[in-house]
Amino acid sequence: MYEGVVQDLIDELGRLPGIGPKSAQRIAFHLLAADSTDVRRLAAVLVEVKDKVRFCRTCGNVAEGEQCRICSDTRRDLSKICVVEEPKDVVAIEKTREFRGRYHVLGGAISPIEGIGPDDLRVRELMTRLADGEVTELILATDPNLEGEATATYLARLVKPMGLRVTRLASGLPVGGDLEYADEVTLGRAFEGRRLLDV
Amino acid sequence: MSLYRDEGVVLRTQKLGEADRIITLLTRANGRVRAVAKGVRRTKSKFGARLEPFTHADLQIYAGRSLDVVQQVETIASHGDAIAGDYGRYTAGTAMLETAERLTAEEKEPAVQQFLLLVGGLRTLAEGSHPPGLVLDSFLLRSLAVGGYAASFDDCARCGRVGPHPFFSVPAGGVVCASCRSAGAVTPAPETLGLLAALLTGDWAVADASDARHRREASGLTSAYLQWHLERGLRSLRLVERT
Ligand SMILES: [Zn+2]
Repeated sequence: MYEGVVQDLIDELGRLPGIGPKSAQRIAFHLLAADSTDVRRLAAVLVEVKDKVRFCRTCGNVAEGEQCRICSDTRRDLSKICVVEEPKDVVAIEKTREFRGRYHVLGGAISPIEGIGPDDLRVRELMTRLADGEVTELILATDPNLEGEATATYLARLVKPMGLRVTRLASGLPVGGDLEYADEVTLGRAFEGRRLLDV
Repeated sequence: MSLYRDEGVVLRTQKLGEADRIITLLTRANGRVRAVAKGVRRTKSKFGARLEPFTHADLQIYAGRSLDVVQQVETIASHGDAIAGDYGRYTAGTAMLETAERLTAEEKEPAVQQFLLLVGGLRTLAEGSHPPGLVLDSFLLRSLAVGGYAASFDDCARCGRVGPHPFFSVPAGGVVCASCRSAGAVTPAPETLGLLAALLTGDWAVADASDARHRREASGLTSAYLQWHLERGLRSLRLVERT
């Protein structure tokens, strides 16, 4: 244990995802030794991001206003929605330049063992978006792992009565991986070769 | 430090750091084991797919100082597609995994009967030969029995008087006779008690022929019985899709 504010810093860092007590200690001492302007800049960005960045009220992506950059872009194809788990998946798919429609960020995947069901994700918001009939294709780009597949299965069945074209990224994405780690070429190909999901 | 080899079913995976996962397994010889799988979230990883929940695999694990590390994995049975492609199976199966985890309280304490029960239960679930809800309830009753909490659906759970008896008491551990009956005891339909007995013994002919009303009542009693014996409630149970 360290004294006062140093221990507070280690405790705060240790609450971040993927940071254990040892890493928290290492980062804390790195910050203590670092140049004061660098640390101030980091602190300022942390405050700024919490002040400025919101979640898009339409799609759930990160946004600097009410709506994200993609939802407010009038050139995007309104007939397609691509469903992803996290905002970082939007970034990964945008890099492929394969998709010109809009997104819907669920905020995770259905994981009963973690107590996360459909009501804990932005599923109701998706149904609302689909209700006006403008969307004709729903692309399910949840992670290529068990929870991502199960979430896609659930959504495909839920929207079935709406008669949309429901597609899933082509296999070729390695199972068990995170979508964000797929390289642009592989992800682009998976997008192009997306298959009809029939449940 | 040593390397050990065992077969196991993946119960749960949790993200660790940038690209790793902590895998919780129920193994044949070593009971419940937690081990790190390095780099499996990178899409180039060879064995990410072999360490998804529900997978039954043959593993080589390095016993580390703090956490074990998965070295090699060969799939014995991958039920992932069959289970993730059917939401009812997925939610029932997840409740089975969570139950297996919770009923093996101590890490590395051999639990071979729980292991065999889980392997059989997941195979049945993936085959789709019986309704997922019944497979789950059968698994719950049997794994509780293996854990030392066998319910009685025939003779009185308290005094042993030969049944059938109409009353069911969760704290007593099954049906009770008129004189052992306590305030909280309920009177389920006789068909429900018959279904519960069939699920415990694996009499699928009787179980498959049951109707929806009795299945609902049986699953309610099974859940109550399970929750009574676990300190904390099961997270996944409320999310099980009952049709
Ligand atoms: Zn948006």
